[in-house]
Amino acid sequence: MLLVTLSFLSLFLNILPVIAAALVSTFIWNFFFIPPRFTFHVNSAEDFFLLIGYFVIAVVHSALAYRIKQKEKRVQEEKQQANMLKLYDTLLNSLSHELRTPIATIIGATDNLLMPGGKLSDEDRRSLLLEVSVASLRLNQQVENLLNMSRLESGFIRVKMDWCDVNELVYATLKHLEENLKKHTIQINMAEDLPLFKLDSGLMEQVLFNLIFNAIHYTPENSQIIINAACVDGNCIITVEDNGKGFPPEEIERVFDKFYRLRFSKTGGTGLGLSIAKGFVEAHHGTIQLQNIATGGAKFSIKILTGTSYLNEIKNE
Amino acid sequence: MNNVNILVIDDEAQIRKLLHIILQSNGYQVAEAVNAKDGLTAAANHPPDLILLDLGLPDETGHVVLKKLREWYTKSIVIISVQSNETDIVNALDNGANDYIVKPFRTGELLARVRSALRFSNVPDDESVFQFNNLFIDLSARLVKKGDEIIKLTATEFSLLALFVKNEGKVLTHHYLLNQVWGSGYTNQTQYLRVYIAQLRKKIEEDSNRPVHIITESGVGYRFIIME
Repeated sequence: MLLVTLSFLSLFLNILPVIAAALVSTFIWNFFFIPPRFTFHVNSAEDFFLLIGYFVIAVVHSALAYRIKQKEKRVQEEKQQANMLKLYDTLLNSLSHELRTPIATIIGATDNLLMPGGKLSDEDRRSLLLEVSVASLRLNQQVENLLNMSRLESGFIRVKMDWCDVNELVYATLKHLEENLKKHTIQINMAEDLPLFKLDSGLMEQVLFNLIFNAIHYTPENSQIIINAACVDGNCIITVEDNGKGFPPEEIERVFDKFYRLRFSKTGGTGLGLSIAKGFVEAHHGTIQLQNIATGGAKFSIKILTGTSYLNEIKNE
Repeated sequence: MNNVNILVIDDEAQIRKLLHIILQSNGYQVAEAVNAKDGLTAAANHPPDLILLDLGLPDETGHVVLKKLREWYTKSIVIISVQSNETDIVNALDNGANDYIVKPFRTGELLARVRSALRFSNVPDDESVFQFNNLFIDLSARLVKKGDEIIKLTATEFSLLALFVKNEGKVLTHHYLLNQVWGSGYTNQTQYLRVYIAQLRKKIEEDSNRPVHIITESGVGYRFIIME
C-alpha cells in the first residue's frame, strides 16, 4: 500500500521530494509494523536490516518510476517539437508559395515586356499586363492578411465600438468584393426592424469580407451565398452560408486554426482568413461557429452581445 | 486643363514617378518635393491648384505639413497614406485635408479624387441650384426632385443633404457631419447619423442598398458624389 502511494507520488514529483517521501514511508512502516509498534524504536538487528531493506526498495522503486516519467516527458516534448516544426514548415511553405507566385508572375511578365527587340503582339502585351495586375492585387491581399494577423498576435488591436448599420455594413463589404462576385449569386435577408449595433465597423467589415471571400473562393461557380442578419436577445447575429460542398466533418474543429488549410483544398490561400475572422469577432467578445447544412453547404454564424439602438427611438424631426 | 498645377510631396521616388506619369499623361502640370521642408517651400513659391501630400515624410509628419499649409493655403489638399489607419485619416480630414487616398491605389480612383478635389477648389460659394443625373436640388428654394417627383425631406434630412451637396466629392467625417447638422453636443451620437443617412438614401437613391450618391467611407465618414 505504501509502495503504491510512493510510486504514484514519484510519477508527479521531482527526484528529491520522492526520496524524502521514501524516507517518510520507511518511518511510517517502522512506526506501525515493526515491534514495538507505535514507536520509532528498532530493537533487533533483524528488524533494522528489514527496515534498511524496505528503504532501499522504496528508493529504487521511486527512482525507477521517476525515470519512466522523465522518459515519457521527453518523448512528449519531442513530439511537440516535431509538431511545431511541422506547423512552421507548413506555414513557411504556404507563405512562400503564396507570396512568391505573384512575385514570380510580376518579375516574369515585366522582364518579358521590357525585353529589347521583343516581338510581343498587342494582345500578348495586354495579357501580360493583366497578369501583373492580378498578381499585385493578390499580393496586396496576402500582405493585408499578414498585417491583420500580426495585429492580432501582438495584442495590439483596439476595438472602436460605434453605432453600426449592419445593412450598410453588408452592402459596403459586397461593394469591395464586386469583382469577385460575378459568378455567384448573393441573397441578403435582413430581419425587419433590425436595430443599430455597437460594433467596430472596420473589423466587422474585414470579418464579413473574409467569410464571403472564402465562400466565393471555395464553392463552384453559380453557387449561392446567403447572408442573414438578426437581433436575438440583444445579440447581433450574422450568418454567411453557401450551398457548396460543406467542410469535411473531421476538419470543422480546426478550420479557425492559424495557417490551417483543408487537406486537398485548392491553392490560393494562406489559411489566415478564418483565423483572422475569429480573432476579430473574439475581440468583440463574440463567438463564431461553423456547421455544415443538412442540405449541403457550410454556415458560419457570428454572435456578438452588444448595445442596440432602435431606429424608432429617435423621433423624426 | 493645361494650366492646372499639382504639387506632389512624397519621399518615395517610385511613388513620385508613378504619380508624375499618371498625372502628366492626363494633362496636369506636376511639381515634386521629397520632404516636408521642400514641400512647404515649393508650395509657397508657386502655389499649386492641388497638393498631394504623403503622411509619412522623413523630416516632419504630413500632419504637421498639413497644419502649416492650412495657415495660408486655401485650395485642395489630398492626403496619401500607406496605413489604412482610420484614426490618422480622420485626423487629417478634420485638420483641413479635403480627401485621402490609401496606397496602393488604383489609377482610376486617384484620378477621380484629383478631379473632384480640383472641382472643389473652384466651386463658387453662392451656388444653390444643382442637377445630378436625375436629382435636382435647389437649396435656396428648399426644393428636391427625383426625376419629376418632388421629394419631401424633414428639416434635418434637408440640412444633411445641403451639406453633402455643397461638399460634393469630399469626404465628410462623422464628427464634422454631426457637428454641422446637430451641433457640437452631438459629435459622438453616430446613431443619429446612421438613421438619417439610411432615411435620406431611401428618399434620394434608386436603390438605397446600393447607393450611388451617398457613399460610405468605412470608419471615416460619407462622401456625396455625382455619377461620372
